Amino acid sequence: MSLLEVKNLGITFGGLHAVEDFNLTLEKGDLYGLIGPNGAGKTTVFNLLTGVYKPTSGTFYLDGKELKGKKPVDINKAGIARTFQNIRLFKKLSVLDNVKVGLHNSMKYSTLTGILRLPGYFKVERAMNEKARELLHVFELDGEADTLASNLPYGKQRKLEIARAIATNPKLLLLDEPAAGMNPNETNELMETIRLIRSRFDLTVLVIEHDMNLVSGLCEKITVLNFGTELAKGPTEEVLKNPEVIKAYLGE
Amino acid sequence: MSKNQPSPLSQKKQLRPVTKKNLVTYAIVIVFFALFQTLTVTGNLKFAYQSLLVPICTNVIMAVSLNLVVGVLGELSLGHAGFMCIGAYVGSFFSVVTEELIPVTWVRFTLAFALAAIAASIAGILIGIPVLRLKGDYLAIVTLAFGEIIKSLVNVLYIGKDSNGFHVSMSSSGLNLLEDGEVILKGPQGISNTPKDSTFLIGFILVMLSLFIVTNLMDSRTGRAIMSIRDNRIAAESVGINITKYKLLVFTISAAIAGCAGVLYSHNLSSLTANTNNFGYNMSIMVLVYVVLGGLGSIRGSVIAAAVLYALPELLRGLADYRMLIYSIILIVMMIVNNGAFFLKLRAKIAQSFRNSLQKKKNEKEAA
Repeated sequence: MSLLEVKNLGITFGGLHAVEDFNLTLEKGDLYGLIGPNGAGKTTVFNLLTGVYKPTSGTFYLDGKELKGKKPVDINKAGIARTFQNIRLFKKLSVLDNVKVGLHNSMKYSTLTGILRLPGYFKVERAMNEKARELLHVFELDGEADTLASNLPYGKQRKLEIARAIATNPKLLLLDEPAAGMNPNETNELMETIRLIRSRFDLTVLVIEHDMNLVSGLCEKITVLNFGTELAKGPTEEVLKNPEVIKAYLGE
Repeated sequence: MSKNQPSPLSQKKQLRPVTKKNLVTYAIVIVFFALFQTLTVTGNLKFAYQSLLVPICTNVIMAVSLNLVVGVLGELSLGHAGFMCIGAYVGSFFSVVTEELIPVTWVRFTLAFALAAIAASIAGILIGIPVLRLKGDYLAIVTLAFGEIIKSLVNVLYIGKDSNGFHVSMSSSGLNLLEDGEVILKGPQGISNTPKDSTFLIGFILVMLSLFIVTNLMDSRTGRAIMSIRDNRIAAESVGINITKYKLLVFTISAAIAGCAGVLYSHNLSSLTANTNNFGYNMSIMVLVYVVLGGLGSIRGSVIAAAVLYALPELLRGLADYRMLIYSIILIVMMIVNNGAFFLKLRAKIAQSFRNSLQKKKNEKEAA
């Protein structure tokens, strides 16, 4: 059984078909790319898959479980985590606390335990700290655990967002333009990190990206969106040579 | 002392910054209490100032509980005095009814607090369920109305007791009490003869309790979830934080604490009435001023701002007509000092040099 199965997914805003008839099948462990010109509907696909928007047609399954129409919270619990194109960190919380918010549903104690500082509080907090520091270490953020998230440099903010998403223990990770604003060195480093986390955390990754270096270097297969519909699909190298795709990106 | 053995001081160094910050806040309150309690007991505090101590505690508790909603959750609530009002009336009503039944003051008073907290938190849930679909300005408007509704409601409510039990009515003639009956809640005249149980000590204990609850809550899994909602709602949802649940929780806890402040307030007066200044929007706005000037999300700031700003108009009484002028100037200065970039830098600098000198002293001690 495939990990993610998207069938004829679509959404209309008023009369605008933002995404139409979107199909996608991801196998476990895939590193899949979603590309397309600005306004093609890539982020809308992410918003549909994470429950931010409710699809007006079609449906999708994760591990055979239908998730259409579920709330973002439930979709996250089912195993889909995401990052955002315009970084959305918890700015007034420390780097460590940002990751600990991600651990919210996997490591628990009651509110009362927290207020009364019962033994459970100390035990779970210690485990949470350990787990969070371990995650920060993977992203080379352990030196900045106590820094406020808003004080991190841009590239590290992107990394922290990925760390926070992974903290929710997802099966499928959606990365929305992870390399935006990064220089070529940082992008290469990011590619390494994404490959590393895929094997280390047993992840399937769907990534939106404009940086063709990253796409061709990282993704085995890609889908090209244009005006909300699928333009091409298949192994990365083939698709990138497709004249239709070149036309959509560069014009005639 | 050998360097391998950690001295008590260096052990204290290992405390997390959050814990340290909270301990300093507790210490400030304890020192303040000890100082004024000693002054009162030794007879060195003017009576006019003594009478400020319990209201200061009330305002501090109100500010701390409102900070949980405004500063930690990030929602503007303008009806906080409504919860205090509910607590005050429920507490007073209970105490008046059971004054002869439960002669032990502390038992009766504790029960009054518990009952008021429950009543206020139920109100918190009731208002929370419909209101939490709203955000920002809309939430502020509805909470403002809520506060006013509560105040107006207790002003037309009559409750009496006779041998048949309790009677509730919207007019004094509608009660139909028997000969032996007694009106307890008299509409706009409120509740009179509440036992004067509130003391500075009880106020202090309550302040410490609410500090303990709020600071521990903030530094826990629940607190992080609440603050994540404040910082970025969409991201919080995307990592599985149930927003409605935590918003409702904050409203409930905050209302319960405000209800307790109400009990403290009502048991410090012989007759309790509800008007704009004690339970209306004036009060709600005053508490919001304490919270904003003390710093959103800063509990210590709320404590200090509430204590200073409540006491100030009274302390300035000698200046007669200039009193409110000076008060408003102080408000503006506090605002600038707390939020201006220059002053924030200056403050950080002073704190750093203070820390350095402490470190220096410690090093000298160790070298000696």
